Amino acid sequence: MSNLADRKTLAGLLLILGLSACGADNNKTPAAELARRESPYVLTMDALGRPATPAEVTAWDIDVRPDFAGLPPGQGSVSDGEEVWINRCASCHGDFGDSNKFFSPLVLGNITEADIASGHVAALKDPTRVRTTLMKVATVSTLWDYIRRAMPWNDPKSLSDDDVYAVLAYLLNLAYIVDGDYVLSKDNIAEVQARMPNRNGMSDDHGLWKVDGRPDVVAERCLRDCELGDKVSSSIPPFARNAHGNLRDQMRIFGPHQGINTVAESDPTASNKPLSAALVSSGPSPEIKQLLAANTCTGCHQMTSKLVGPAFAEIGRKYRDRSDAVSYLSTKIRSGGSGVWGGAMPPMPQLSAPQAEQIARWIIENPW
Amino acid sequence: MSNNNSKLGQDSPLVTARSGEPVGLGALRPAPEFFLDSETVSAIQQQGVDASRRSLIRSSFAMALASVIAPRALANNAGDPAILELPSWSRSLGNPVASRPYGMPSKYESNLQRRQSPGLTQTAQSSVSFSPLQGMFGMITASGLHFERHHQGWVDVDPRRHRLMINGLVKTAKVFSLEDLMRMPSVSRIHFIECGANTGMEWGNSAVPTVQYTHGMLSCSEFTGVPLSLLLEQAGIDKSRAKYILAEGADGSGMTRTIDIDRALDDAIVAYGMNGEMLRPENGYPLRLVVPGAQGVSWVKWLRRIEVGDKPYATKDESIHYVDLMPDGQHRQYTSIQEAKSVITSPSGGQKLLSKGFYNVTGLAWSGRGTVKAVDVSFDAGRNWYSAKLEGPVLPKALTRFNIGWEWDGQSAILQSRVTDSSGYVQPAMRQLREVRGRRSVYHNNAIQSWRVNASGEVENVQLS
Repeated sequence: MSNLADRKTLAGLLLILGLSACGADNNKTPAAELARRESPYVLTMDALGRPATPAEVTAWDIDVRPDFAGLPPGQGSVSDGEEVWINRCASCHGDFGDSNKFFSPLVLGNITEADIASGHVAALKDPTRVRTTLMKVATVSTLWDYIRRAMPWNDPKSLSDDDVYAVLAYLLNLAYIVDGDYVLSKDNIAEVQARMPNRNGMSDDHGLWKVDGRPDVVAERCLRDCELGDKVSSSIPPFARNAHGNLRDQMRIFGPHQGINTVAESDPTASNKPLSAALVSSGPSPEIKQLLAANTCTGCHQMTSKLVGPAFAEIGRKYRDRSDAVSYLSTKIRSGGSGVWGGAMPPMPQLSAPQAEQIARWIIENPW
Repeated sequence: MSNNNSKLGQDSPLVTARSGEPVGLGALRPAPEFFLDSETVSAIQQQGVDASRRSLIRSSFAMALASVIAPRALANNAGDPAILELPSWSRSLGNPVASRPYGMPSKYESNLQRRQSPGLTQTAQSSVSFSPLQGMFGMITASGLHFERHHQGWVDVDPRRHRLMINGLVKTAKVFSLEDLMRMPSVSRIHFIECGANTGMEWGNSAVPTVQYTHGMLSCSEFTGVPLSLLLEQAGIDKSRAKYILAEGADGSGMTRTIDIDRALDDAIVAYGMNGEMLRPENGYPLRLVVPGAQGVSWVKWLRRIEVGDKPYATKDESIHYVDLMPDGQHRQYTSIQEAKSVITSPSGGQKLLSKGFYNVTGLAWSGRGTVKAVDVSFDAGRNWYSAKLEGPVLPKALTRFNIGWEWDGQSAILQSRVTDSSGYVQPAMRQLREVRGRRSVYHNNAIQSWRVNASGEVENVQLS
């Protein structure tokens, strides 16, 4: 033991001496020892990789640009497109491209003849309108390119070029951009571009693209007695405390702080408390508004008029005399349903039972 | 806004302040609140530990421990059972080497995982999982916790069958195998990657509870690969006509993005390595584009093709998504740069401080335009700001860790961080962003984040106006 300790001491001593000697050396290292000598071997052109064959380029170079560079020949009618659509597309996007079950709706009204004339979709200025693909997209090439490369969702790159033309024709017809007897082809797709409703709705005049782009929002670096707003204007509402699951289980179990236990407070029995006065007034409370917006409810339901689904007011009036109205509607919201109103509502399992109940209670108790 | 009184920061005065009250119950037992009723915990947080409460805590420990641990250590009140009672790992033979050939985190860390935000997306293939920033340290993201964003699900590509093609405005369209690419001169660089939609849920109001969901589409890794400029030169890029490149993925979505040629030739990398190993499949194995400073969607995964062109391509994810809606109804297209941004990761939303006293406030800062120059932290909702210490190395277009001392006095407080980058850009308040861009642009929300520490010790996500 003592022998080992001695050896360690000796080793430590040598280390210290060695280090200090090394340090001394470093101060006097001749320039030659720090100099570099580059390898004479450098990568030359064509040393690695090989030319692509024409067939290889054709197989992979499938992009289609807004000026239609890359667009292959072909054609498809609206009616052919409808057939492909029903077989390959409708299960996700709905028969009329209006489903929000898996994706945001592709088409859902909100496009007018005036938009097609101006090239700006006016409804994009209205925060209450659902923003669909056909409202946003400026270039018809984008749709052709994407349908060919990525659709159908679970079987991408399986559509023939003619099928892509046909499906796109059907979609354009749903948005009233082309008539029902239209046959879309490489020869007339430029006509369609001239009628794209939001063709003038894009801008690259901003500082977030080019390497030297200039910022559009300018703030100052204040350090003392700054007069930035310090009033709390928004926080997570109590009912949403557990919307992301128990936060206690998403934090490290030790350390300076721990996760908040959010489960106890969102116990279903807790939501049986009487609703606040604000909640039963005519308009939805901010909490309800946020729930409706965050869960895409308002994509299909409006307050007092029918959209894709019935108005909240209609639902409220239909069920409010039923003794189990709240529990019936909460179940319907989470599990979905069909037939009652002539259409189908996708299930909304992302809503917790208390959240669904809160929406149902608002629908039933609001004095429509 | 009115007092922009100094370019230099001021040091936090709180580091040296001491209340003199006993703090750090955790020194005795990691989780005292599990044994104490909520009133007592609350009283301790408000008023500290006095003699009567100390006695109560002791008896609570005794009751709790008596049921699970031999009581002899407590009989004479000799000290901490974590010290006095030797744990099993000190009295047993440990596990053999390579019993877990690919290492895993401790089982005690299992709460820190990538997680989805419920209701954010309708499919799990075109979706997001967020990195648990609240539990992470330093500037590097553990590869298993790197955030995910896929547009049509992730795939595990066979590298032996994977090719990279370069075509378009080049002298010779070329094909490279992984063998070719891995024989070339390589670079290794640390860069952050942030989804353009990070913090997107917060444009309208406070929407999600923790920093994992507010800022977790953010990661930082060391990437190894071949500079894109070298590959383009190998193919003989036509520099007089080349204005853009199109990057394309090999997955079902065939993800495609237009990248400005100046950015492509600047510091973009065709990467195969991440944090010392190959890319993970969820992050583009075996090849992804790294576009430092640009939003994550441009870092095309499972990269199979680069086309050099003279016009932008207006692909789906730069025409229908990843376009920023302005209040006048126009969309900004090809928004790409991730502007300077910072966030306090600890303490942060969803956490609960256990006692008054000193805390190390820590967080991350980054800029897609360069390096982090300064991070200021406020403990009073933005009235006064103090200079955080930046942990090195401070690298361009990389996460930078900051730390600053704070003492919680048991009162409600609002904590914020604000970064200034090497271009002189100062991270704006939410209000300032909204004045220009409204509330519906979805992407590029780099506003100052506010965390309110309530008197209960609970920290929550709030917005100020």
